[in-house]
Amino acid sequence: MKFVRTALLVAFAALACAAVATAGRGITVKGSDTMVILGQRWAEQYMNKNAGQIVQVTGGGSGTGIAALINGTTDICQSSRPMKQDEKLKLRDRYQTMGVEIPVAKDGLSVFLNEANPVKELTIDQLKQIYTGAVTNWKQVGGKDATIILYGRENSSGTYGFFKDNVLLGRDFAASCQTLPGTAAVVNAVSRDPNGIGYGGAAYTKGVRDCAVRKDAKSAAIMPTAATVHDGSYPLTRYLYFYLRKPAQGDVKKFIDWVLSPAGQKLAVEVGYYPLK
Amino acid sequence: MIPSAGPLQPGVNVARRRRLQRLREAFIAWVLRACAFSAVAGLLLIMVFVFREALPIFTSAETQREANFLGFFTVPNWQPVSDVPKYGLVPLLVGTFKIVFVAMAFAVPVAVLAALFASEFASPRLREILKPAIELLAGIPSVVLGFFGLMVLASWLQSVTGAPVRLNAFNAGIALSLGILPTTFSVCEDALRAVPKSYREASLALGASRWQTAWRVTLPAASAGVAAAILLGLARATGETMIVLMASGNAALGTASVFDSARTLSATIAAELAEVVVGSPHYSVLFFLGALLFLITFVVNVAAGLLVDRLRRRLAGA
Repeated sequence: MKFVRTALLVAFAALACAAVATAGRGITVKGSDTMVILGQRWAEQYMNKNAGQIVQVTGGGSGTGIAALINGTTDICQSSRPMKQDEKLKLRDRYQTMGVEIPVAKDGLSVFLNEANPVKELTIDQLKQIYTGAVTNWKQVGGKDATIILYGRENSSGTYGFFKDNVLLGRDFAASCQTLPGTAAVVNAVSRDPNGIGYGGAAYTKGVRDCAVRKDAKSAAIMPTAATVHDGSYPLTRYLYFYLRKPAQGDVKKFIDWVLSPAGQKLAVEVGYYPLK
Repeated sequence: MIPSAGPLQPGVNVARRRRLQRLREAFIAWVLRACAFSAVAGLLLIMVFVFREALPIFTSAETQREANFLGFFTVPNWQPVSDVPKYGLVPLLVGTFKIVFVAMAFAVPVAVLAALFASEFASPRLREILKPAIELLAGIPSVVLGFFGLMVLASWLQSVTGAPVRLNAFNAGIALSLGILPTTFSVCEDALRAVPKSYREASLALGASRWQTAWRVTLPAASAGVAAAILLGLARATGETMIVLMASGNAALGTASVFDSARTLSATIAAELAEVVVGSPHYSVLFFLGALLFLITFVVNVAAGLLVDRLRRRLAGA
C-alpha cells in the first residue's frame, strides 16, 4: 500500500516536472490539420540542428489555431486560409495589432478520386455542381452510372473554407456531403469507395488518384504537380501561412527565418508541398 | 500516522485521547463531505455554464435574427457556416435517434441475455472470467472503437448489407453498441444477482426447469433493474461522441433510412465547437445542443434511478 502510494507520488511529481519543463520554454505552433505533418518535420529538423530549442506542433484546424492565437495560448498559428476580418478585429481588440501574416509554402488542393473511377478530369463548374448536389450521378460528368458519394472536411477546417470560397463560390455544400475529421480520413474513405470523391492537400494523395482540373470548359485540364502549382496554372492553388500576434523576435524569429531559408523550403517539398519561390 | 499508545494512565489521558479521536473523526467526515459536495458543485457549475452560453438564443435579438427557437424545428437543413446560416436541428435529432436506435437494438438483447447467462447458468469459475472480460470492453477508449468502425466494420457491413454509402447510421450504431454493451451488461447482471435465492429455489421446487426459472421468475423479478440498465445504456449512447463522429459519415440528412449517413448532436458539438467565434450565434446554438443533450441524459438517468429504487423496494418488501 505504502509502496503504491510512493510510486504514485513519484510518478505524479515526475509528470508535473516534465510539464513545467516543457511549458517553461520553447515555441508552440498550433493550427491547420493540413499543415501538421509539415510543421512537425520543420520542428524536428530545426531542433536537431539547434540543440536546446523546443518547438511543439499540434493540429486542430486553422480556426482552432487562430482562436488559440487570439487567446494567447500559442506563439505561432499555422493556417491554410487567410485570416478573416472578424478574427483580425478580435486580435486588434486584445493586442492592438492586426497580426503578422507570413506565407510559408504553397499548396495545391487535390480532388481525390478512387483508382477505379474512369473520370479523369472535371471543370471547376462541374465540381461546384457535384458538391452542391446539382449533379448526383457520375454518368453526368462522363463516368459510370453510379451515385456520387461526397466526402469533405468539417466546417472548422481551412480546407473546407478554401473549397467553399473557390469552388462552390460561397454556395452551401450538399447535405449529403459526409464530413470527416482530417484529410487523411477523406483519402482513406475515397480509397475504399469506388464512387467517392474528396478534396484535400495534395501531399496526402496515397491510394487514391488526383483528378485533373480545368478552370473552365475551354481551358486545359491540369494535374496538380510541382510545376503547375508553383506557376499557379493549377486552378486550386493556395498559400499556407504562419500567423503571429506581433513581429517575430528571438527564438520565434530564428525558427521562422529557418523555415523560410532554402533548407526549410526544401523540407516543405519533401513533405509534398511547394516552395514559395 | 496513528499516535503511539503510551502506558495507559487512567483519567485525564484517556479523556484527552478520546477528544482527539473525536476531533479527528469529525475532520475526516468534513473532508469526505467536501469531496461529495465538490462533485455536485462541479456538476452545477458546468450546468450553469452550458445553459448560460445557450441563453442568447432566447434573450439576444441579434442572435435571434440568425438562430431562433422556432427555426430549430422548421428549418430543414443544418448548414451553420454559410452566407445565410441555417440551424435546423431536425436532421441532427433524426440522426441521433437513428444511430441510438440501431445501437440499442443490437446491444440490449445481447447484454440482457449475456447477463442472464452469467448470473443464472454459468459456473462460478466461468462467470469469474466472463464478467471481467465483458467489463474490460468498457476500458477500450471510444476513439479506438470509432477507428475500428471507420476502417474495418464499415467495409465489411457494406459488403454484407449492400448499403450505397459506406459510412452510415447502421455502421455507427453497430460500433456504438460495443460501447454501451459493458455498462448495460454489468448493471443488468447486478440486478439479476440481487434477486433472492429463495425465488429460484421456490421455482425449482415447483418443478420448473432452470430455463423457465431464469426467464419467467428471475428476469421478471429483476425487471426494474434490467430496465434501469437499458436506460443507462441509452443515456451513454445518446451522449457518446467519438464513435459516431468517426463512423457515421456526419452528413446532416433527415432521412428515415439507417443506411444513409447521419450526424448526431454530440458529434456536431465535437466537430464544430473548436472553430466558432465565442459569443456568436453558432456558438450559442452549439451550447443549446449541449443543454439539450444534458436534459435528455438527465431525464433518462433520473428514470433509471427511480427504477432501481423500485426494484430494491420490491425485493425487500414483497
